[in-house]
Amino acid sequence: MHTKSISPWKEAVQAGLIAGAIAVLLNLVGMTTAFSGRYIVSGWFTMGQVLFLVPMFILAYTTARKIAPQPAMHTALAGLVCGVIGSAVQAGLVLLGQVVNLRAMFINASPQLFEILTFGRDLPGLLLLLLAGSIMGVVGAVIFLLPERLAKSVLQALLWILLLGLLRDLVSTVTAQWVIKTKAFPDWLGWAGVLITSLSTFINKTIYSASGLKPLSAIVLFLLVGAWAYWRYGRPKRARITGPLTRRQQTQRVLGLGGIALLFILLPSILGIFFAEILDNVGLYILMGLGLNIVVGFAGLLDLGYVAFYAIGAYAMGVLTSPELGFFNLTFWEALPFALLATVIAGVILGLPILKMRGDYLAIVTLGFGEIVRLLALSDWLRPWLGGTQGIQRIGQPTIGSIILDSQQDLYYLFLAAIGIVAFIAWRLKDSRIGRAWMAIREDEDVAMAMGINHVATKLLAFATGALFSGLAGTIFAAKLHSVYPHSMNFLVSINVLSLIIIGGMGSIPGVFVGAFVLIAAPDLLREFAEYRYLAYGALLVAMMLTRPEGLWPEERRRLELHEEEGEVPLGEPPPVLNTPGG
Amino acid sequence: MLRTWRQRITLTDIVVWAIGVAIGAVIIIGTIATLRSGKYSANTWLDLTVKGLALGGVYALIAMGYTLVYGILRMINFAHSEVFMSGPFTAVFLANALSRSGFMDRQPLIGMLLVLALSIAVSMTIAVLLERIAYRPLRHAPRLVPLITAIGASFFLQYVFRGLYGSGFQAYAIPKVLQGSITIGGLRIFNTQIAVILGALGMMFALYAIVQWTKTGKAMRAVSEDKEAAALMGIDVDRIISLTFALGGISAGAAGILYALLFPVVNFIMGFIPGLKAFTAAVLGGIGNVPGAFLGAMILGLIESIGPNLFLDGLGVPTPSQLKDAIAFTILVFILIFRPTGILGERMAQSKA
Amino acid sequence: MFKRLNALLALLVLASLVLAACGSPTTPTQATATMAPATEAPATEAPDTEPAAFECTDAIGCVDIAPDEPIHIAYALVVSGPNESLGVDSRNAIEIAIDDIGGQILGHDVRFDGEDEGCSAEGGQAAATKLAADPTIVAVVGTNCSSAARVAIPLIDQAGFVMVSSSNTAPDLTEPGSDNNFVPAYARVAHNDNLQGRVAAEYVYNELKLTKAATIHDGSLYADQLQQVFAARFQELGGTITAQEAVSPDQTDMSSVLSSIAAGTPEIVYFPIFMPAGAFIIRQAKQTPGLETAVLMGADGLYSPDLIEGAGEDVEGFLVSSPAAGADVEAEYAEKHQAKFGGPPPSTFHLHAYDSFMIIKNAIEEVAVQDADGTLHIGRQALRDAVHNTENHDGLTGVLTCNETVEPVKYPGDCAAAGIGVWEYHFGEFGPPANPELIWTP
Repeated sequence: MHTKSISPWKEAVQAGLIAGAIAVLLNLVGMTTAFSGRYIVSGWFTMGQVLFLVPMFILAYTTARKIAPQPAMHTALAGLVCGVIGSAVQAGLVLLGQVVNLRAMFINASPQLFEILTFGRDLPGLLLLLLAGSIMGVVGAVIFLLPERLAKSVLQALLWILLLGLLRDLVSTVTAQWVIKTKAFPDWLGWAGVLITSLSTFINKTIYSASGLKPLSAIVLFLLVGAWAYWRYGRPKRARITGPLTRRQQTQRVLGLGGIALLFILLPSILGIFFAEILDNVGLYILMGLGLNIVVGFAGLLDLGYVAFYAIGAYAMGVLTSPELGFFNLTFWEALPFALLATVIAGVILGLPILKMRGDYLAIVTLGFGEIVRLLALSDWLRPWLGGTQGIQRIGQPTIGSIILDSQQDLYYLFLAAIGIVAFIAWRLKDSRIGRAWMAIREDEDVAMAMGINHVATKLLAFATGALFSGLAGTIFAAKLHSVYPHSMNFLVSINVLSLIIIGGMGSIPGVFVGAFVLIAAPDLLREFAEYRYLAYGALLVAMMLTRPEGLWPEERRRLELHEEEGEVPLGEPPPVLNTPGG
Repeated sequence: MLRTWRQRITLTDIVVWAIGVAIGAVIIIGTIATLRSGKYSANTWLDLTVKGLALGGVYALIAMGYTLVYGILRMINFAHSEVFMSGPFTAVFLANALSRSGFMDRQPLIGMLLVLALSIAVSMTIAVLLERIAYRPLRHAPRLVPLITAIGASFFLQYVFRGLYGSGFQAYAIPKVLQGSITIGGLRIFNTQIAVILGALGMMFALYAIVQWTKTGKAMRAVSEDKEAAALMGIDVDRIISLTFALGGISAGAAGILYALLFPVVNFIMGFIPGLKAFTAAVLGGIGNVPGAFLGAMILGLIESIGPNLFLDGLGVPTPSQLKDAIAFTILVFILIFRPTGILGERMAQSKA
Repeated sequence: MFKRLNALLALLVLASLVLAACGSPTTPTQATATMAPATEAPATEAPDTEPAAFECTDAIGCVDIAPDEPIHIAYALVVSGPNESLGVDSRNAIEIAIDDIGGQILGHDVRFDGEDEGCSAEGGQAAATKLAADPTIVAVVGTNCSSAARVAIPLIDQAGFVMVSSSNTAPDLTEPGSDNNFVPAYARVAHNDNLQGRVAAEYVYNELKLTKAATIHDGSLYADQLQQVFAARFQELGGTITAQEAVSPDQTDMSSVLSSIAAGTPEIVYFPIFMPAGAFIIRQAKQTPGLETAVLMGADGLYSPDLIEGAGEDVEGFLVSSPAAGADVEAEYAEKHQAKFGGPPPSTFHLHAYDSFMIIKNAIEEVAVQDADGTLHIGRQALRDAVHNTENHDGLTGVLTCNETVEPVKYPGDCAAAGIGVWEYHFGEFGPPANPELIWTP
């Protein structure tokens, strides 16, 4: 931004103010208070303290990087300035809170918050706050001065400690499940039971305390992770394999893939129902993501109402199987083809009127379609057929032979199978004739039409395929819940699916998987954050797009395009996706 | 001419037209049936019209934010609904403090202007910060990337305000001057409705004047036409874009207060639905087009207010109002089928694409 | 070298787990017909704290709490998303209740955390599944929404917990013979819709002598069910229902609904919905030709302090049905809430949530067996039975008895006191019993 030479002190002051502002925001939003009971390292510091101190650390680090190269003393001083100002801003908040009743407006400016910020020592505690802030600032700046390899290792070790401390409850839940399972072990496996039980005790009693890590184990873990990271960063980077694989590499790769596949098959039994539920939800979104990826990623048609097909699939399953309505009373498998047919027809019906619309007009019409479907399902008008507000209950369960798939663990395998099929279809479609036609339309519709691509058939096929996958997800969703309610079919679902394919990397099939895990599973793991989930979700979306606009696992072609652009296309025309605002 | 036109018609065109005609037929039949049933008096329709216009006015002001940003950046600023929410949700504390102290009743005009100013200031700040932090670094990224950032920013802002002010509802106390109504020929019009319609018209005109007749407005239009050329002509593109967001924020902040006059309960998710409606209105009128946004918003306001009773009541659909958003979206599809770029949308696609 | 050893160890652990997973379904479980726990049913007896004196004889296992461990009570409430004010409010109430008992039950700290049920079926399933995975949980307070409850209760039942809901009102959750009835694993403090809808209808027809009514619901199970019960009872009594309309909970402009209702000239409009839609209907009804003088009535979803601010002067004369007891407790509660959370309670049903927790607390105190060293043993079935057999609990919402049948408005599992009254709002400060004022009890 600045072309003139940067004054390090101005930068440091600025960074301090930003750090202070971020920390004040975190304080007033209530996160500091909410996390003040959660120790990262038991007896040492809590997540709440991390939240209001870490901004100074991060900004001191970035300032040090920005103003480099500077003499070591200057860098450390800049960090100090940043840290002092950052904590001074917060101290100002505390002082202001003594004079004015901030709570009339900011409900989280509670006495409890001030107590946390002053480390429980009233106003003299503000000195402690300044001290802690300046230490944070100095440490942040000094870490930058360390050799890169060391700095990276330290940062990574710190991050791991934070993560491990936060995940304490999850770990203890999982290990508790293991212990329960050992009770069912037959006698000859008794030794394994003992092993697992003592492993669990070791984790829960030695590594962790009742809240957070134990200080000693935190130090040991810090050193271990640091050393491991140091060793890893020192290794030469492995070259990307380009040529044909040697036999050894081939077997390695097959073994690796087999291992991953085995892991995924065993995952729910190892991790228990908590994770089975999360994995099921991820599976649901992967199915939808694969479908929307065809519509948006391959064919470039921005669809904001994707939930419509999901709803149609789920409701079709409900109407066809539920004895409550009593129209058909089919079983899950009998109903499945009809439900899928219904979604495909819906896809074509939506596709027709919007053939001529482009870009954002398409977006709003599809959004409207999603809302129309939801409102119709909710309406009293269609209540005799769709259940209205009360939804449809007692939806049929999928069965295999005499086994009813109704627990989360069982359904996981249904998801796995469905994803396998759908991902295979998507992957084959991508490089097929029709896949190329989609991409041609995505890049430039007019040119594609001029080249003889039938845009009607191509677009409708994209919509129909996308609808089919989403409908499949809907049918399984209905079976998973045994019921379907119009309230589940809201706009948020469409937004989630769209976000995950962009986060993963638009048009990339592995990207869908990565995106789903990041967006759907990650917030669930941190359910501790329950009410800050959407806040964190929003921040995550923004941060990810700012740092990796091409996505976490971008499609090869798109990566090339982006890099090409960096070189030559400067201002003006956005890349050729959906850039024609009219028909 | 006619021949080539006829050749270009395909089966899909016919199907699409048939869908459009079917929607139109349902609307017309429903209308006739409702009117013949005589369930509603003429006064009721007039009453609904006034309410629809007031609502439309608010939508128009919000839609300005979408349309200005779209015109200049070709992006849907999804977080605009939160820009709209932030103003009135903050200003409610000032408004209530003023009412409690009695200042609002003594000096209603100054009091209301203060509240309005605060709302506008907050919305504008949020809008400008949003552009600076979340959109500017992505100006050359693929189109969908800023869309996702906008969605993320929307969530973030919603829940930041929830965290700041809590998840409960806050209510505006309507100042005494604005309570009450006048009656014209049996039709009761409420002071708040008059204030909202006048306020919205005034703001709209001011915005239109800025965009059309000032130097900044000219620069904005230049940037919207061609950023590179504008930059070459010595226009500071970044500044102009910031200004555009500021203008959008100002109109959203003002819209927020007007909205609160009509519906005085605010909370952190109040922005979503009006934002969605305003966006729909902007598209309906032809996104990127200022008069279009106004027209679209007015039409949408009227459809929402009159539509359910007029179109569906006669067809015997129970609880027609439950479907009012569905009606609005169906009419959007209906209009876009015949005019794919909205009512006043420019037919620039072919030449520009 | 080390890596290989590691891999081997991991493989062994893995293999044994898999074997365990495959083997477990065949292990015999107790044959209590409906209460048979799943294989997951946690019966936690940490081997290192094997108690010598205590033998768990409970049909579905016990929770053992070591002297330094807390009693874990979880919530499944809607604490994020558009309906979160309801859940946050309930959660605040429980935190206040925990403060009121000094943060401890039987000398053990109370650990209180939980999951978001999202006010949806899928949210309820996710929340319940995650809670079910945690064997330290003794009992659950939740859910807020009946759609979440229908899916969550079977999972909670299977996990061996007992769940007490503060705001579920759907009749099928306690109705005898219903698929969704899992009593005694479940109990609730909120009124069954059957009761409240009937009381409202009877009051309007018998006391106000009005014969033409219209209803509005907001697409929630609660409102829809209530207005159906109201309409059915009102017609049974001889009244006419002129319209049954619907709005959406986030709708602000009610003009089309209200003018449609006005066309039928009802004498009363019954809308058992929530804030803010309820406040908008009150305001706009007064501006709708034909409805200026109609009586407006809601249910306990609108028994809330922010209604007066939201509806302004038009709130004068607005009626709600709500529990008749606990008149002055509301003000006292609001004070505690103000002190702890810096504002008025954000929604309704907080008193119910407070009572839900207290029922659980009392039940724990009743059934827990305490060793000399302070270790607690809580039998899960015993706890369910204790909750279920709660009698004459003097709660904030009235005197609660959970195992009682009053056809057709109260079945076992419905703890709510039968006394529901009608309250009238006045414009001014919220402060029961003066405002809203209790004007009628059956």
